[in-house]
Amino acid sequence: MEAAATRSKRPNAKPAKLGRDVQARLGQQLRAMYDEVVNQGVPDRFSDLIDRLEGGGKKDPQ
Amino acid sequence: MAMDESVRKAVLGAVPSLRAFAISLCGNVDRADDLVQETLLRALANIDSFQPGTNMSAWLFTILRNHFRSEYRKRRREVEDSDGHHAESLKSQPDQYGHVEFREFREALAKLPSDQREALILVGASGFSYEEAAGICGCAVGTIKSRVNRARTRLAELLHVNSAEDFGPDETTRAVLASGGE
Repeated sequence: MEAAATRSKRPNAKPAKLGRDVQARLGQQLRAMYDEVVNQGVPDRFSDLIDRLEGGGKKDPQ
Repeated sequence: MAMDESVRKAVLGAVPSLRAFAISLCGNVDRADDLVQETLLRALANIDSFQPGTNMSAWLFTILRNHFRSEYRKRRREVEDSDGHHAESLKSQPDQYGHVEFREFREALAKLPSDQREALILVGASGFSYEEAAGICGCAVGTIKSRVNRARTRLAELLHVNSAEDFGPDETTRAVLASGGE
């Protein structure tokens, strides 16, 4: 009863809820797309930047 | 700046995921990498405000997200930038993720309102909990949940996916569109 009351309070008429299988497939696509970038690892640009900042205090050893 | 080795490791370790998040936010690899660079500069300048033992990745994502938001607002005042504009900018650079395979999916993603898109990425791809995502976005956990749900529903609509059968056995978005599209 409480659950029904909560449900009816929802302001928007919701579209049919997505099945778990569809959600899972969308999730797979999303992760595959994201991981494509993640798998590129750390471009030199960023490791160089960290090295430079890290060495900022002590400067290059002569 | 003396940097603890563990801090250095944690920061560098977060970079690949930060880049993926940044690309999903701004839809442009070059701008995304600038965004990551600015995030790292800010983070390292304020490394003292990082609390050891807390999630470095979440901290960096928060900085990146806030920086992007303020930049985005600035640009928006200059150019009329909208989610549609974001989608258009993706179309003109189809190969920026390296493969065209996810093109339709990316385009659908780009059509989502930005708050829904970031919530979906943080929870569905970056692997943050709803609580962590709420912390990163500065909103309530319930708000994140509802944004993620709306994002999923809208994505399914945009990709014309009604059931798992609409995906091919070795699914690509192209196959999805071919079977369910207009």
